[in-house]
Amino acid sequence: MATAEPNGSLIEVRDLAIEFSARGQLARAVDGVSLDWRRGEILGVVGESGCGKSTLARAMLALVEPAAGSVSLRGQVVSGEGAGGRKGVSDLRRRVQMIFQDPYQTLNPRQRVEAIVTEPLRVQGVPEGKHDERVRRALDDVGLDPERYLGRYPHQLSGGQRQRVAIAAALVLEPEGLICDEPVSMLDASVRAQILSVLLELQKRRVLALVFITHDLSLAWSLCDRIAVMYLGRIVEQGSAVDVIERPKHPYTKALVNAVPVPEAGGGGRRELLGGELPDPTAIPPGCRFHPRCPRRFEPCDSVDPSLMPAGGRDQLAACLLHDPAQSSAAKAAADA
Amino acid sequence: MSGTATPAGLDARAAAGAPVELADERLRDVLLGTWRGRISVGLLGFFIFIAIFGSLLAPDDPYASSLDVLAPPSWAHPLGTTEQGSDVLSQLLVGARVSIVVGFAAAAISALLGSIVGLTGGYLGGWPDRILDALENWFLVIPALPLMIVLARLLDPSLGVLILVIGLTSWAGTGRIVRAQVLTLRERAFVERAKALGAGDTYVIRTHILPNTLPLIFANTVLIVAVAILSEAALSFLGLGDPSRISWGTMLENAFDSGAPSAEAWWYVIPPGLCITLLVLSVSVIGFLFEEHINPRLRDDR
Repeated sequence: MATAEPNGSLIEVRDLAIEFSARGQLARAVDGVSLDWRRGEILGVVGESGCGKSTLARAMLALVEPAAGSVSLRGQVVSGEGAGGRKGVSDLRRRVQMIFQDPYQTLNPRQRVEAIVTEPLRVQGVPEGKHDERVRRALDDVGLDPERYLGRYPHQLSGGQRQRVAIAAALVLEPEGLICDEPVSMLDASVRAQILSVLLELQKRRVLALVFITHDLSLAWSLCDRIAVMYLGRIVEQGSAVDVIERPKHPYTKALVNAVPVPEAGGGGRRELLGGELPDPTAIPPGCRFHPRCPRRFEPCDSVDPSLMPAGGRDQLAACLLHDPAQSSAAKAAADA
Repeated sequence: MSGTATPAGLDARAAAGAPVELADERLRDVLLGTWRGRISVGLLGFFIFIAIFGSLLAPDDPYASSLDVLAPPSWAHPLGTTEQGSDVLSQLLVGARVSIVVGFAAAAISALLGSIVGLTGGYLGGWPDRILDALENWFLVIPALPLMIVLARLLDPSLGVLILVIGLTSWAGTGRIVRAQVLTLRERAFVERAKALGAGDTYVIRTHILPNTLPLIFANTVLIVAVAILSEAALSFLGLGDPSRISWGTMLENAFDSGAPSAEAWWYVIPPGLCITLLVLSVSVIGFLFEEHINPRLRDDR
């Protein structure tokens, strides 16, 4: 999936923290995340529900105000520390769009398809003369015949058709990036494949960068160029999709990969499944935040908070003391086990 | 409905308060699809007609007194006379106007106030919402009639004061309903999508929030019309109405003051009472029909 500028970043996230107050307590939904989303790239963000992946997506669109850190678009800070005013945000609004999980909630039930897909052009002040042509092209691109669908209301559409309309509305501004928050998790398996192929087709044809937020590892593996694994507001492992899924380095990723059912005779050897629940984000464990559930924890894990460090494959990073050369040989032994 | 969406899923969504079109399933079907709807619309239409043309139809001057006091129905006076010797039928025909005008005007004020308060609080959240919510609670909790009596007593009785007093005391329910709807709409993905596009608050409210709230406001307002008509009758019956105009409430007041019930002058008591009852009933049924249409959970047929 090579593109013209493989190294240019579309969005850079640096040390981002997002806080919510819940019942008087402060919860960090995102806690110190740094991430590059490169142009033309499909980036997967995976994790359990509640790990902060959707909040990260909203922060990338500057829909939530960071408590710390920053989000930049093509090198210009648009949100957080050092943000450069309205210009950057309006740039972001034009260049990056979002698709949501629930196709029943994404569309205003009182707007016709035409109004829904035209809305981005109206809001962004595109001259009215161009609306019709661009709306029709966007609908064509997602495989909906404009003649049949322009006049329909959302309740006259199926789930898959609604998601296509949502994609058309996201594409009509010809963005460089599209953030998809679980775009197919509420659709039937057959419709799911159609929507994914629409997205992939568009990604190739328009050199579109995609962020895929999902809890489905096999989907991320088959779709994405790179994957970031999130746990409790933090990225615990990132790297190329092949490295992360086939040779996971963080115990959490290993557990997630192991939890994916594999149709294999004999059950595919030993499986490490996770016990316990995702901890409350208002009470994050000390040290490594994964250590209470970690099958490989050793002595320093409950006191030392690991940052992302090189682990294994090219550009593969894992936030785990097992990969810290400064740790004892016991760690090495555990890592090799 | 084409494609793969399951009907059960759609029903669940509608029941969860998903906005439903009022324009789509035509207004006529909602109102005239059932017998109770047809009867109610007919009755309301009849009363509105009387309200407009009542003074032209009245056989006598409703204010003219005569010596023929508390006379039973006769050819000269089909519904008898009052304690002043005025024609009851004429008073009844003229009195419809006050009921209808006060009912609709007060409901309009109430709808406007409730919508503004509900929209502002629900959309802004935070401290404006807490203040407005406290205000709403206050108006919901205090008994409306005593408050109306106090307000009407403090101000000079006139039609305008009556409308204002009823409107000011009946908006809280609408405010509560609108706020709840706005709270759910505000979190919908289409609102977030519009914001991610760079749409401002005015745009979001105008294109996404308001159109999905209007049917609800409308149905609720119709129900408030009924409450307002009753309130007007109650205030007038207590002598707090506009003394220069005849309404069904003032007719009842005069009848009771002059001892018409104990004099068995049923022709003086029953007609205004029956008119109030029928008008309130027809408006209420129409309001319930709208409400059922918007909230399918209330529908018992099908």
